[in-house]
Amino acid sequence: MTTGSTTAAVTLQDITMRFREHTALDGITTTFEKDAITGLLGRNGAGKTTLMQLVAGHRVPTSGSVRVFGGNPYEHDVVLRDICFIKEGQRYPDHFRVRDALSVASMLFPGWDADLAASLLRDFDLPAKRTIKKLSRGMTSAVGIVIGLASRAPLTVFDEPYLGLDAVARQLFYDRLIADYAENPRTVVLSTHLIEEIAPLLERVLLIDRGRVLLDADSESLRDSAVTVSGPRDKVLEFARQHELLHTEALGGHARAVVRIREAAARRAAAGSGLAVEPTPLQQLVVAMSLQDPADRALHLAPSTDLEEVS
Amino acid sequence: MNEDAGPIFRQVAAEIENAIVDGSLAEEAQAPSSNELAAFHRINPATAAKGLNELVADGVLYKRRGVGMFVATGAREQLLKRRRSEFADQYVRPLMAEARKLGIPARELAAMIDEWEGR
Repeated sequence: MTTGSTTAAVTLQDITMRFREHTALDGITTTFEKDAITGLLGRNGAGKTTLMQLVAGHRVPTSGSVRVFGGNPYEHDVVLRDICFIKEGQRYPDHFRVRDALSVASMLFPGWDADLAASLLRDFDLPAKRTIKKLSRGMTSAVGIVIGLASRAPLTVFDEPYLGLDAVARQLFYDRLIADYAENPRTVVLSTHLIEEIAPLLERVLLIDRGRVLLDADSESLRDSAVTVSGPRDKVLEFARQHELLHTEALGGHARAVVRIREAAARRAAAGSGLAVEPTPLQQLVVAMSLQDPADRALHLAPSTDLEEVS
Repeated sequence: MNEDAGPIFRQVAAEIENAIVDGSLAEEAQAPSSNELAAFHRINPATAAKGLNELVADGVLYKRRGVGMFVATGAREQLLKRRRSEFADQYVRPLMAEARKLGIPARELAAMIDEWEGR
């Protein structure tokens, strides 16, 4: 099955980013597929925000190259016009009202849709004349979401877009994002800790940890390749040994393991040997991989392994 | 859609198949579009499209260019046939496994089914 075109909107080639003693990104090579929604996942301090800043042209990498739609985003207006970066905790000038922020955005982004912006303001109950400084945390986040969606930018990057947003507003965001993206496909990169909520919206997943790529694959093949097996401990471990063990827990003689299988037949083999086999949700896979001892990771560091064959 | 139930495109395809089998989606009726499915289930439109395309590849749906996707004539019969052939594997196997664990012989199982039928 194809998952859209293979053309890349963003290409990162061997990106390293150092801040004095600290290496935030350590040799990242990846692409963000054009017109796909990619989830950028990872623990706090993994390097997600730095990566987004590089893509948005807000920083220059220590080494390596960043290409957005073929050009370098840093200080290149032609490229920057196509990028909308919604930062976590975005600050606005003190006197800015909601409508002022929208009016600036409308001048920055050639694809700006004023009707969409107006209807999103209503959806999120945002008072256009209110000073942003006086808005609650969640409402300030909503301003960013309105700008991000209404910009219709060919590359829209959301860094933790919903700090302080309640469950109702988050669902509104997901609904409006899907509806508008379906009508106007564009490249979306979204970082979040609310993996369970966002997982069904993602076409691709990029998981980073300590500045390195842990997972770079399409989310449906990940759902197909990660299984949770449970049963008698020795049987579980024997099965896990033949595949890629990500995480295991035991209770007496009983064990449970998150395993990445290499082929679909393995699932039947496990079931046949008396193990209970269940799909692993993306969030569990991400947690299992992030908890893994870095020393054990050599096995699956090969990036961009699409596991399409698994199905 | 359920995050604990494997690939979402297969869940989408299975749900449409169910609707065809139970008759709520009639043959030659128009299937929901990928965008409608995406909005309804809050899933990525590409994932919804993948589910629909799988049904096209199986001959359950067919495309009318510029109009949408429709349920093929004979799709229900085809799905019933496939589901019947999968029935033993999906339902009888776990039933037998549990029965064996509990020491219930096959004869007794058969009697239970007869009794159930009479309810």
